[in-house]
Amino acid sequence: MSEINMPKKNLLSMQIDPAKFEPASEDEKRQADVMSESTSFFRDGMRKLMKNPLAVGSIIALVLIILLILIAPKIVPYGYEEIIKVAGSKDKTITNLAPFAWSEKEQALIASGTKLFPHIMGTDSLGRDYFIRVIYGTRVSLTVGLFASILVLIIGVLYGSISGYRGGRTDMIMMRIVDIIYSLPDVLIIILLSVVLNQTLNKSNPIVKLLGTNMVAIFIVFGLLYWVGMARLVRGEVLKIKNNEYFLAAKATGASSWHIIKTHVIPNCISVIIITTALQIPSSIFTESFLSFMGMGVQAPMPSLGSLANNARAGLQSYPWQLIFPAMMIVIIVLAFNLLGDGLRDAFDPKLRR
Amino acid sequence: MTKYLIKRVLLALLSIFLICMITFFLMNAVPGGPFSSEKAVSPQVMAALEARFNLDKPLWQQFVMYMGNILHGDFGISMKTGREIAVTLKSCFSISAKLGGSALIVALFFGVIFGCVAALYRNRVPDRIIVFMTTLFTAMPSFVLATLLLLVFCIQLKWFPVWDASNKSYLLPVIALAAYPTAYITRLTKTAMLDALSQDYIRTARAKGVPMVWVIFKHALRNALIPVITYLGPELAYILTGSLVIENIFTIGGLGQQFVQSINNRDYSMIMGTTIFLAIIMVFCNLLSDILYKVVDPRIKLES
Repeated sequence: MSEINMPKKNLLSMQIDPAKFEPASEDEKRQADVMSESTSFFRDGMRKLMKNPLAVGSIIALVLIILLILIAPKIVPYGYEEIIKVAGSKDKTITNLAPFAWSEKEQALIASGTKLFPHIMGTDSLGRDYFIRVIYGTRVSLTVGLFASILVLIIGVLYGSISGYRGGRTDMIMMRIVDIIYSLPDVLIIILLSVVLNQTLNKSNPIVKLLGTNMVAIFIVFGLLYWVGMARLVRGEVLKIKNNEYFLAAKATGASSWHIIKTHVIPNCISVIIITTALQIPSSIFTESFLSFMGMGVQAPMPSLGSLANNARAGLQSYPWQLIFPAMMIVIIVLAFNLLGDGLRDAFDPKLRR
Repeated sequence: MTKYLIKRVLLALLSIFLICMITFFLMNAVPGGPFSSEKAVSPQVMAALEARFNLDKPLWQQFVMYMGNILHGDFGISMKTGREIAVTLKSCFSISAKLGGSALIVALFFGVIFGCVAALYRNRVPDRIIVFMTTLFTAMPSFVLATLLLLVFCIQLKWFPVWDASNKSYLLPVIALAAYPTAYITRLTKTAMLDALSQDYIRTARAKGVPMVWVIFKHALRNALIPVITYLGPELAYILTGSLVIENIFTIGGLGQQFVQSINNRDYSMIMGTTIFLAIIMVFCNLLSDILYKVVDPRIKLES
């Protein structure tokens, strides 16, 4: 039946009739275009992260908190260590005010038409504005958490990648050191160090003056002890990367160690590094607030969320909000970082999902 | 196995030694001896005091003597109260052990139960509630929880006495201490349980007609408990350090309060004694949980 249309049989031809084909229209061409836009690892991860409502909520909460602690000190006319004076004179009734309450002298002033900035969270036992103290406490806690994590990040990544990269005996010795440090009880050593450093540190040193001895102690301990977890993880990643062909190829073509670490090793373990750092921040904040709560954190009058909660214990019965505000702040910050860290883990490292 | 055991025990001993050393030399780096805060004493009395506590000998000799004494279970004498540290530690430890032990057991018990429930009711209401609670409690420092509990139940509602060493008054501190480990164990158990439930041997067991309860307890849970065992060491460390603040909040006269007191008093021999004592417990428990882990799970290669 099809014999009529069939062209002459040619052994080498594909037996295709060109007349049966027609060029695709522009529309059809677009339909066939199934390739999605090209994406990078980072962009793909961010897309997944943005689909996670908890992670997005955490990011929003953190951004709001950061904006708050940056802007509030500019707006609120009280200082964190300033004992509030009303019309230039001391006011005995201004201590331990409830949120949005006024002292007697302030009430008199308001009655005479002066506008005063409200005490959003009341005042503390010395008559300092509590809102601004909580804001500064949050500043301190966040800064400590962030810088301690960066310290952990730098030391851990360097140590772990050197150990994994060199391998052999170097690796063995370096990992034994990690094992030993890992088995030391860190909180006890932080406490010991801050007790000792309080006595021994040179108090005229500008850095010590700025941070206070206890903060320096915390940073020293983070630098000495907390990096081991990160170092272990990074080493494990490096060992995995070393088994790949591209690593061998780079070696074979004579790339320098530094070049290989920079272009192959670090980009490939970046997800582990990001995730661990994101989860390190809340744990640093935890540790700092724990120490401040025990009276071993930042030095008064500089507040920290932990020390605020500690000071609130004295008047717990009468002024419970003095505990609740800093406590809520800690919980919100830690919760946000935890959820963000979990979200990052899900988005950037499906293997790590637990 | 023997090789691993030896290696692990040696590592534990080394870290205990290191802790002793760090503690000793740190404490000695503090300027001003333990007697400098006292009223001015005559040089003869000072010399006598220093000879009494061996402070006149060179540092390394003091260290050797101190280590020797510790090996005999003698932590020396408190420089402030003059009482034997070992005796104080013993009396304080019984309270702390009761508190910490209860918290440990409570956390394990409820953590495993909640974890199983969450895994079995995955993505349903019980799971959602449990996930919410665990996320909340892992973000709440123990001292915040403890103070809130104190505020609500002791001060506002007056359901519990503040602290009178009765069994009832242990309840709140135990809850405060156990909350974080419970949440953590719940998460661990849940993931491990979900993993175990998706294994082939569970399907086999179900297919041959084993009742679900039996499958859960005999097949799934046994495997799901392995990661929980590895967490025992860190859990204990958390509870011990957590009890430092919890005991202060509830004014419980245990090791934690003793430790904080001795820090405030600058009672160096007491600080050293307590640190070393706590550190030994932590290292020992870590060792125990590591070994237990290897014993329980035959899949783990011992060589690596």
